[in-house]
Amino acid sequence: MAEGEVKQSTAENTAYDRNDLPELLPIYYKRLFPYGPYYKWLSYGGVEKSYFQNREFSFTLKDDIYIRYQSFSDQSEMEKEIQRVMPYKIDIGAVFSHKPKDHKTVKPGAFQAQEKELVFDIDMTDYDDVRNCCSGANICENCWPLMVIAIKIVDRALRDDFGFEHRLWVYSGRRGVHCWVCDESTRKLDQTARTAIAEYLSVVKGGESQIKKVTMRDPMHPSLKAAFEIMSKHMKHYLFEQQDILGTEDRLKKVLRLFPEQGLREILKEDADKGGDSKDIWERWLKTVKSEKERDNMKKSPFPLHEVVFQYCYPRLDVNVSKGVNHLLKSPFCIHPKTGRVCVPIDVEDVDNFDPFAVPTISTLCKEIDEYKEQPGKENEAQPGTKRKIQDYQKTSLKKSVETFNKFVKGLSGTWKGKMIENSDQKGDF
Amino acid sequence: MQFSGKRTKKSRRTVTLTGGRNESRYQHNLQFYTVPPNETVSLEEFETFAIDRLKVLKAVESAGIKYMKTSEQYTQKLEQEIKKLMPIAVRRTDVEGSMQDKDYDDRRKDHISHFILRLAYCKSEELRRWFLIQEMDLFRFRFGNENTDTIGHFLRQNDLDYRPIPEEEKRALRDDLKSSSYEMKGDKFETTDFYKVPFQEALDLVRARKVYLKKGYVYVPGSELVSIILSSFRGNLSKALAVTARALPTLQEDERLLKRLANLHTQYLGQDYSNRKATAGKVAPEDIEPLSKKSFPLCMRNLHETLRQEHHLRHGGRMQYGLFLKGIGLQLEDALRFWRSEFTKMMDGDKFDKSYSYNIRHNYGKEGKRTDYTPYSCMKVIMTNAPAAGDHHGCPFRHTDPELLKQRLQGYRVNSAGVQEIVDLVKGGHYQLACTKYFEITHNVDDAGFGLNHPNQYFEESQKVLNGGHAPKTTPHTPSIQRPKPIKKEMTAEFDDDFPMDEVEHLLTASQDTAVTEVAPE
Repeated sequence: MAEGEVKQSTAENTAYDRNDLPELLPIYYKRLFPYGPYYKWLSYGGVEKSYFQNREFSFTLKDDIYIRYQSFSDQSEMEKEIQRVMPYKIDIGAVFSHKPKDHKTVKPGAFQAQEKELVFDIDMTDYDDVRNCCSGANICENCWPLMVIAIKIVDRALRDDFGFEHRLWVYSGRRGVHCWVCDESTRKLDQTARTAIAEYLSVVKGGESQIKKVTMRDPMHPSLKAAFEIMSKHMKHYLFEQQDILGTEDRLKKVLRLFPEQGLREILKEDADKGGDSKDIWERWLKTVKSEKERDNMKKSPFPLHEVVFQYCYPRLDVNVSKGVNHLLKSPFCIHPKTGRVCVPIDVEDVDNFDPFAVPTISTLCKEIDEYKEQPGKENEAQPGTKRKIQDYQKTSLKKSVETFNKFVKGLSGTWKGKMIENSDQKGDF
Repeated sequence: MQFSGKRTKKSRRTVTLTGGRNESRYQHNLQFYTVPPNETVSLEEFETFAIDRLKVLKAVESAGIKYMKTSEQYTQKLEQEIKKLMPIAVRRTDVEGSMQDKDYDDRRKDHISHFILRLAYCKSEELRRWFLIQEMDLFRFRFGNENTDTIGHFLRQNDLDYRPIPEEEKRALRDDLKSSSYEMKGDKFETTDFYKVPFQEALDLVRARKVYLKKGYVYVPGSELVSIILSSFRGNLSKALAVTARALPTLQEDERLLKRLANLHTQYLGQDYSNRKATAGKVAPEDIEPLSKKSFPLCMRNLHETLRQEHHLRHGGRMQYGLFLKGIGLQLEDALRFWRSEFTKMMDGDKFDKSYSYNIRHNYGKEGKRTDYTPYSCMKVIMTNAPAAGDHHGCPFRHTDPELLKQRLQGYRVNSAGVQEIVDLVKGGHYQLACTKYFEITHNVDDAGFGLNHPNQYFEESQKVLNGGHAPKTTPHTPSIQRPKPIKKEMTAEFDDDFPMDEVEHLLTASQDTAVTEVAPE
């Protein structure tokens, strides 16, 4: 398997070894997993009692054994189950009409997925044709900006265009990011609506037979204009320096293929042949396209250079993940079994500074707890009942992530507080 | 079961019902079909109504394949085709004066025939999807006949209360509104009304990024109002079809209906390619390679070649190609052998067995919910699940760069005139016709003589040509709708000849306890 890639991406941290998982997971699930806010999130304040109880979880065990339709009646049952089973991976599914663990006892067909957060999955492997540094599951600091751009663009659209307030972004632990949109009305959306939203957000289209994957018409939609503005802030550093998209003969050729009109392609090629680095060439191109436009030569494709930027930078969603109400997605705060990294929430406000390589691995965390205590007295651990003044996660580099998560849950709790008051108003008890 | 008191024997056979008219139900030429008919319909009427509507829907489909739905020709063609069968569909609602008899009868026929076809077309997802698409197109076409007045009338009747946004709001959003639609050039903007609705009500417009979206609301220009109404139409119908399908088993008891219904839907799709009895075992893994060169449509040939080169296909490709192979007669064991032999060039057998064989067995109905999946039709391949990065599935005519398509066609030795013809068809959005052209060129026939709507149909037609069963044709055979053979009147006295529609109503609102998925959006 891909041993090399694991090593590469965990270079300077405490080396993570997959074989240690059986020893590390108990510590993690016992002392670090943030059950409190996690339960608070998924029970949505308990406005609807069965909401948490009817939620599907699924566990992946050692050797890829996959068990679906797990469900728990409350936080303590969830904690106990997770600590008993020690899943390598936890996925969160839909809220069903019945308790998922009873699904076999319900009449077939009656058991149906009813609600779920609207989720998005953005995965670096989908960008292979526009990454010059890595491919497949590998990532490096030269391609990570793609994820930063993706988060900014999708987050803006969800907030400003759709008016969704509660969005949780999570690092998937290896090569991508997830987003959970948790507004009440959003959780109730059906498949058609989810599909429409995902497609509204998809601009890069086409498979391996389609070289040019973006075609834009005039006028440009306000949402795409806003996206372009975000991308243009990253162009200089990401496109021209990190990816250096016009820097070599091959790369230039690849970009030139995105201009279907031969006339324009030839002019731009001449421009490029005048030399300089990616940025120089691009600036020449901007002028050329502008003057071509003035001469009214651009009727057919009014935004040739924009299209290049979109193809190289615009988020590529895995639409199928977003479509279904019943699609499972890896839970925040589980451990990516291949890298050992925690799937930590990402603070969108500070997404530029998010460094996937600095995300703690389970090995680092366990070591941090040990080192914090300094005396490896086993006795203390044996009594989980004794109140610790400092919670374990605060002793580790997980602290910031849990705080980000708490901030999100706090924002969310505003919605159900209002709801509770509304409910009690209706009942008339004050 | 309910028997209405009015069930007298005499006047039932006449199509024009004068007694018991329920005019309030049919106030407008357009209907949302929310309430099922609950009157008594004779079996003959049942049959004529159904067949006529089926012909109409078939005409809607073929006009949609031939022409762009927004074009003049489409409207003309459709009008000409359905004028006789469904006069109501080509005339504008007369909202003045009292209702004419012909209006009443036509509207009633529209109503009842729609509900009969619901019964026939609710059985599988494929059928539901087909019916839904055609009914929506028909509704859209009919909506186009109406004017602002009659539309307003219709909206009020159906409690769809849409009001334009005030002038100040419009002015404040001017730039964003103008750049959200391709039609707002010049003064068009000034004269257009915009309607502000929650985005959930205009999903088609959202999906295509055809409207301005702000904080969960869309601003829909008057010209796109039809889209909102259609989406509501679609929502209703899709749910209703799912409910009907759940209720259908109860109906199975009435043999008279059953036979007719069963006949009905097979008449349109021509063939159900999931039924492999006829072809099962006809194709062995070794045959696939040569067949792929001679008889596979381009989409399948493409997938096959990719599989051979990369020894892998992503999920979309495995589904599309796997089900096609099933359809041409590759049996499960052979399919497993075939896929295994390719995939294991890239991975070990263990991994294949663990991760992929389930998927193949699933397609053959041996895993999971044990549905025997139907091979994808052209419509499905073209409209749904477009390929993304890394994918090779989809329709090559729809999902390939024109330049690349040209190269590929040349690679398959299509002459340059042929390539040009195909590319022109593609540019016009006629992907199935482009594929038919490809068939004609590669099989050296002048006129393929069939309306292509399924990759497996392509394969079968190709085999016919190659095996001489079907000499190059001069008379095109179009799948026509034939009246089902009248069912022999062998019922005994205890069976009445008529079928009470209120029983159907009962069925339509019956229990919801069996799972039937609603039609997924295309």
